Amino acid sequence: MTSILVQAFIYLCAAVLMVPLAKRLGLGSVLGYLIAGVVIGPLAGWVGQETATIQHFAEFGVVMMLFLVGLELEPRMLWDMRHRLLGLGGLQMAATTAVLASIAMILGLMWSEALTVGVIFSLSSTAIVLQTFNEKGLAKTEGGRAAFSVLLLQDIAVIPVLALIPLLALPELQVAAELVNDVAQHHDELSLVAHLPAWATALVVLVTVGALIAAGHYLSRPLFRFVAESGLHEVFTAAALMLVIGIAALMSLIGLSPALGTFLAGVVLANSEFRHELEADIEPFKGLLLGLFFITVGAGIQFGVLAADWPSIVGLTLALMLVKMTILWVLSTAFHVHASNRWLFALSLAQAGEFGFVLVGFSVAQHVIPVDLAQKLSLVVALSMFLTPLLFIVFERVIQPRYQRRDDETEADEIDEQGTVIIAGIGRFGQIINRLLIANGVTTVVLDFRALQVDRLRSVNVKSYYGDASRMDLLETAGIREANALVVAIDDQARAVELVQRVKHTYPHVYILARAYDRRHLYELNHAGADHVISETYLSALQMGGDVLARLGYHPFRVEQLKRQFRSAEHAYFEELFQTWRGEGDISGFSDHYKQLFMKMDSELIHAMQIDRADQHSRSERGWTPPPKSYLKEMGG
Amino acid sequence: MSSKQRILILFAHPSPHRSEVNRPMFVASKSLAHVTAVDLYREYPTFCIDIDREQQRLREHDVLIFHFPLYWYSTPSLLKEWQDLVLEYGFAYGHEGKALAGKQFMCALSASGPEKAYHADGYNHFTIRELLQPLEQMADFVGMTYLPPFTLFGARSAVEDKRLSRHIAQWTALLNGLGDRAWHGHNWDDVITINAWVTQHMEERI
Repeated sequence: MTSILVQAFIYLCAAVLMVPLAKRLGLGSVLGYLIAGVVIGPLAGWVGQETATIQHFAEFGVVMMLFLVGLELEPRMLWDMRHRLLGLGGLQMAATTAVLASIAMILGLMWSEALTVGVIFSLSSTAIVLQTFNEKGLAKTEGGRAAFSVLLLQDIAVIPVLALIPLLALPELQVAAELVNDVAQHHDELSLVAHLPAWATALVVLVTVGALIAAGHYLSRPLFRFVAESGLHEVFTAAALMLVIGIAALMSLIGLSPALGTFLAGVVLANSEFRHELEADIEPFKGLLLGLFFITVGAGIQFGVLAADWPSIVGLTLALMLVKMTILWVLSTAFHVHASNRWLFALSLAQAGEFGFVLVGFSVAQHVIPVDLAQKLSLVVALSMFLTPLLFIVFERVIQPRYQRRDDETEADEIDEQGTVIIAGIGRFGQIINRLLIANGVTTVVLDFRALQVDRLRSVNVKSYYGDASRMDLLETAGIREANALVVAIDDQARAVELVQRVKHTYPHVYILARAYDRRHLYELNHAGADHVISETYLSALQMGGDVLARLGYHPFRVEQLKRQFRSAEHAYFEELFQTWRGEGDISGFSDHYKQLFMKMDSELIHAMQIDRADQHSRSERGWTPPPKSYLKEMGG
Repeated sequence: MSSKQRILILFAHPSPHRSEVNRPMFVASKSLAHVTAVDLYREYPTFCIDIDREQQRLREHDVLIFHFPLYWYSTPSLLKEWQDLVLEYGFAYGHEGKALAGKQFMCALSASGPEKAYHADGYNHFTIRELLQPLEQMADFVGMTYLPPFTLFGARSAVEDKRLSRHIAQWTALLNGLGDRAWHGHNWDDVITINAWVTQHMEERI
């Protein structure tokens, strides 16, 4: 127990110190984790043996990341990208494998070894690339999307690769292994399909995937609603974790990639009302595990092997990245990825990936490649991952600025395009706002923490999500960072104020419109930083007051003028009343001074209206006031 | 006096998102330092015109331009509302109403009909200057000098005919000329539109 705590402390400590430092230096978090790993591993020697074990555990971060990626990707979008997925991704893997395998054969490897090396190196690092995309906001760019298609195909391709590698086994290695009594068995402890014939395995896989999709569609909602209605946030988190871990386990049992399984589950749930809540809950786990994974990559670099043979390993790494970049560059032309996006695409995928480690280990276990070669390969993989953040920095500092001007000019036409609006609280108030916005083609993200309400709205085709909008992490997954405006229409007054305060503090650019319950709440919301506040009853009461006047015989146009005058009189006093309330800091009730001010405002209002009745000029009637009857004499008429 | 004449443009267009001619003109006018260009429908979407503010604007400028698409031979309704409310007795006219005296007034407008339609023999029967006589008389009544309207005829096809960029160049040249008092002392009595004069006198600027 003590040693676990010490270990955990060392890892956390390294991350806490190095990552912010790396970010401050502009290196990005991934490089920070990698350096932290190097420091505590090979350099200081505080951690050692266990990194491999921890790495397997930390790979779960990749699984969670793919779940989150799936959540962002509705089935339609996945279908829309099928050409890129198969074409771009498939060609990338095939071309890279072929070129690298040829080079490996020229360097003297046997064809089976060369092919394995080619496949291993053709994969890129989903973990590093997606994490960096998110961090730098590149995920939605053309280059980012193209890179994502390739990564996704690679993740899927790992499964057949795992099946094919054993076929390449070398007889002499097998003999050697039998002598050594191989203990490096990597795969796989538990399996449901290990002893089944191929057709039965395929059947099991198909049925399971089908069942998973069906369950995602029909079972997840009642389950999450059941949990959500308990109102216990941590239970919802537990449910989210249970879902991800359960699917990963199921996939492992039937011999599929857990990452692929959770990705599918994510896609199935992308339309669900619980999407943002799930994202917000899984996000921190994913972040920590991925960080841990990067640390273990850093810590796992074997400086002994590197020092012994560094010119060839560094040379191989650079050559590998150059080859991959060239192939990506050529492919990007064929798939119409242009300008800065082309660079992003080529630079971002030039490394080998975390699946490389898995495949290296697996290949050794299957007697496809010898151990000394495997060590070198692992080093090349690690080193190329290490260099990737540097390539991103090159992209950001050197390449992007060059294209910036051109990009700016092409985007100039799209200024009119509206961004999204987040509506917190979809009760009677929020619904009207949402309907008006939707009817005008504005994209809205609707949040409410009452699962029943969300359900009810979904049944009439209002797209809304379950989640507590006063949680910042949830707002972030809902896209507050890119939102243009936030509408706060939640019933809990204190929470509304808190929400306004937090959002204004973290995202001052988001315009906040808030609904106030009464005058005091209105002041509180204003004070908290809301840009525009409306009392929930004010306008409808004013409208009905006007209707009464009209019913009493006032001319309808006159009624409009009177209402306008009433509002502007209120408006004229707003600042003074607000400052009075603010100065007194009285939260329990209004002070006498405030009340006096209020009465003064009211009496002036009455005064203004009475002048009017006495047939003198007033503000309300100032327009359309005829000149005095004697004015014609002035004109000489 | 070396400083420029200050120009106030009141732009009235109830559907600027459909505008092909007037919105680019409005944008061009906004970039000139001596020009204040006001989008009236943006400022008063509910027709609640702030009379004090509008009167103050008038006091601060030397030239007033109504900028609008011609609707039924007149201005869009908000500009009429503006006249009804802002040009008050005691401000714009009457014994003490001298606030606008000595200033200049002009209309800048787009009309969909071709120029020949605005003629005694054309289907509109009157010239554009004749049709805008209520505004001419308004200017005269409050003591302003009336300049003939700057008009783009056939405005619906101006973009297709590639006439727009020249019109906008003329428009900025005109605004600069007005700023420099380039029209000073000119007799406008028989001039129907100011366009020909702009072409003639400001060609070097365009």
